Amino acid sequence: MSDDLDFDDLKKAMQSATPAPDAARRAENIALAEKNFDHLQGSPSGARPTSDARKPGLFRGVIAMLKSIPAKGALAASTAIVAVGLVLVLPALQDGPAPLPRTITTTASEDVEAPAADMMSEPVIEPSIAIAPMSKSAPRHFAPEIRPMPQNTEAFPEADPNPLKVTAETPVSTFSIDVDTASYGIIRNSIETGLLPPKEAVRIEEMVNYFPYTYAGPSNDAPFATHLASMVTPWNPDTRLLRIALQGRLPDIADRPPLNLVFLIDTSGSMEAPNKLPLLKQSFSLMLSELRPEDSVAIVTYAGSAGRVLDATPASERSTILAALDHLSAGGSTAGQAGLQQAYATAEAMQEKGEVSRVILATDGDFNVGLSDPDALKDYIASKRQTGTYLSVLGFGRGNLDDATMQALAQTGNGQAAYIDTLHEAQKVLVDQLTGTLFPIADDVKIQVEFNPTAIAEYRLIGYETRQLNREDFNNDKVDAGEIGAGHSVTALFELTPVGSPARKTDPLRYGTPPEAAASDEFGFLKLRYKTPGTEQSQLIETPILPGAPADSDLRFAAAIAGFGQLLTDTRYLNDWGWDDAIALATANRGDDSFGYRAEAIRLMRLGQSLAARP
Amino acid sequence: MARSDEALAMAAAQGDRAAFSELLERHYSRVFAFAFRLTGRWTEAEDLTQDICAALPSKLARYEGRARFTTWLYRVVLNAAHDRRRRAETHSRAADGWGDWELARQAEIAETGARLDWLTQAMRALPPDLRDTLALTLDDLTHAEAADVLDISEGTVSWRLSEARKHLRALKEKEDTA
Repeated sequence: MSDDLDFDDLKKAMQSATPAPDAARRAENIALAEKNFDHLQGSPSGARPTSDARKPGLFRGVIAMLKSIPAKGALAASTAIVAVGLVLVLPALQDGPAPLPRTITTTASEDVEAPAADMMSEPVIEPSIAIAPMSKSAPRHFAPEIRPMPQNTEAFPEADPNPLKVTAETPVSTFSIDVDTASYGIIRNSIETGLLPPKEAVRIEEMVNYFPYTYAGPSNDAPFATHLASMVTPWNPDTRLLRIALQGRLPDIADRPPLNLVFLIDTSGSMEAPNKLPLLKQSFSLMLSELRPEDSVAIVTYAGSAGRVLDATPASERSTILAALDHLSAGGSTAGQAGLQQAYATAEAMQEKGEVSRVILATDGDFNVGLSDPDALKDYIASKRQTGTYLSVLGFGRGNLDDATMQALAQTGNGQAAYIDTLHEAQKVLVDQLTGTLFPIADDVKIQVEFNPTAIAEYRLIGYETRQLNREDFNNDKVDAGEIGAGHSVTALFELTPVGSPARKTDPLRYGTPPEAAASDEFGFLKLRYKTPGTEQSQLIETPILPGAPADSDLRFAAAIAGFGQLLTDTRYLNDWGWDDAIALATANRGDDSFGYRAEAIRLMRLGQSLAARP
Repeated sequence: MARSDEALAMAAAQGDRAAFSELLERHYSRVFAFAFRLTGRWTEAEDLTQDICAALPSKLARYEGRARFTTWLYRVVLNAAHDRRRRAETHSRAADGWGDWELARQAEIAETGARLDWLTQAMRALPPDLRDTLALTLDDLTHAEAADVLDISEGTVSWRLSEARKHLRALKEKEDTA
């Protein structure tokens, strides 16, 4: 045994090699731990009355995550000290480290098979972090209960599926519209990588709303048209499926106001992967071709030194903008709060009367803006919303995607959250639907449905769990809700159990007030509230929901997607209806499908079926 | 005067916030240092420490005082590190997209490698169980304590250490002759 590997030397070398923890992160991490500690003790979380209906949970605090690469200076300094210390004993260092000798590693793992087995059988001390076999020879099959990324740093909003409601007890359902599509993108990405998505990642309304439907636009002055239809529920012949759809007006594109865009780009180290920053650059360059000369673009980065890398530049100067995009590279420490503030300040400086300003945040979810309290971040964005600047959030990459934060931020900032995993998706969100994505035509759109207890015994809203509003919020203009963009459509589905249907799950109450004799055969009454962008006062649209509105293939396709979502989450209402039925229903109602989105959904369902059936 | 780690941990498990804070202040550096030794990368160590901080309150609620607090804490860090490694492995084998991801990661390693010192580099090349054992003993734990954390016999710890040193030596010789 040679002396140069004396254990004490090794220990000393290790001690000097160990960097001091980053002070800022130390403070953040401790704050995070304390926050989670408080949550655990049951202290109430600041509930946001709109849509953010997540329960206080352990990983809520992960919003405060900071994944910066530490300051390069500090790293270099500590490495230099080690280098000096080690040169004496290890002359090879001067040539830099050799490639890792893989052969040694693998033969070694065979050598240590026996003691390694000890380690694998180590009793699980912490149930939530199970010890998996680390050996390369471990069988690589997937367990039947697929939980793709346990204890991942990905965070999804927690929400239980909406329960069945008894009309006699709670006749009113109130919720905010939702035009996000991020959930569908995440589901697609999961299934295509061979894993069923985690249940929390599935938001059925975002799946249904991913697809374009052929609803007619409004014929009057209203910003959107309402389309009601109903059909027999595919998974239950004794109930009915009610669709409430809104179709936003598509103003003449030629007349659209000039647009001010601030790209707020996460360039922290974790953005380096090919499906993150490089995809983001490509996506934005696709979008540039859709902009007009009078539009302007600025770029702010929120990692490290850079700050604003491109001042407000007319979209006509394409090469300048593209060059700035090209120069972006990942790395550096996070100075995120400054980034966000700078983005908003830039947007405000660009704003002129009649123009639309929007900050587009692109991140892999390591979204920490340096505000110590995530709720303070939301407050900040909400206050900026008043100034008329919108916020959109584009998610890239997987692994530490903070879907929950993205969704919460987009909802707070009057925007849309989308998840971009391929250039196709970038095209859909940023090119094909550019006008809808960027031009709001109605803000704070809320839906309230009052069901008629003489016609409907029970009802259930499918999806929209994170978008629930209190009944009284409907008329309160201070309560934030989703907005609808030019040409956007929004679809909500209810499953209704008519009075007298054998599908009824609850018994009528003996002492309940018997409903008045059938006064009307209306299913219920629909009320919509919205604000014209820039105004404070909401407007009301009311319309009765009549039985007999005929179903169309759009509704049947939406039903198939809602069924798909339930197959991924909770099948309790589906009876024997399964993957084959969902695929058949979707296939029969594919319609024109000029962009192939529906065909893709059917492909995903087929793949999902195989994944679900895998032993 | 100062309360023992175990007393603080038991109090924190019962919901004593001050005890929790004190415990965290006391041991943060230790957690980070150990995380660094396990991962060999600063950013990974910071991330791992964050994971642990996020999950620590709920784990601590189940601390029953049967083991020394530091032993228990080492186990928590070790388990979290295993979890991260397994996750990285799951990702890298998932599909094409992740193949790219892995390539990018390797490229990044090669790139930043020049700035990393030999020892952490070499430790990363060790098989995980050897690395865990070495990291624990480099952290001033006796063989008996390391055995307790890893839930293996003391003999196995000694054996693994000699294996680890054999590896390091082989690695170094290879470099010397290269």
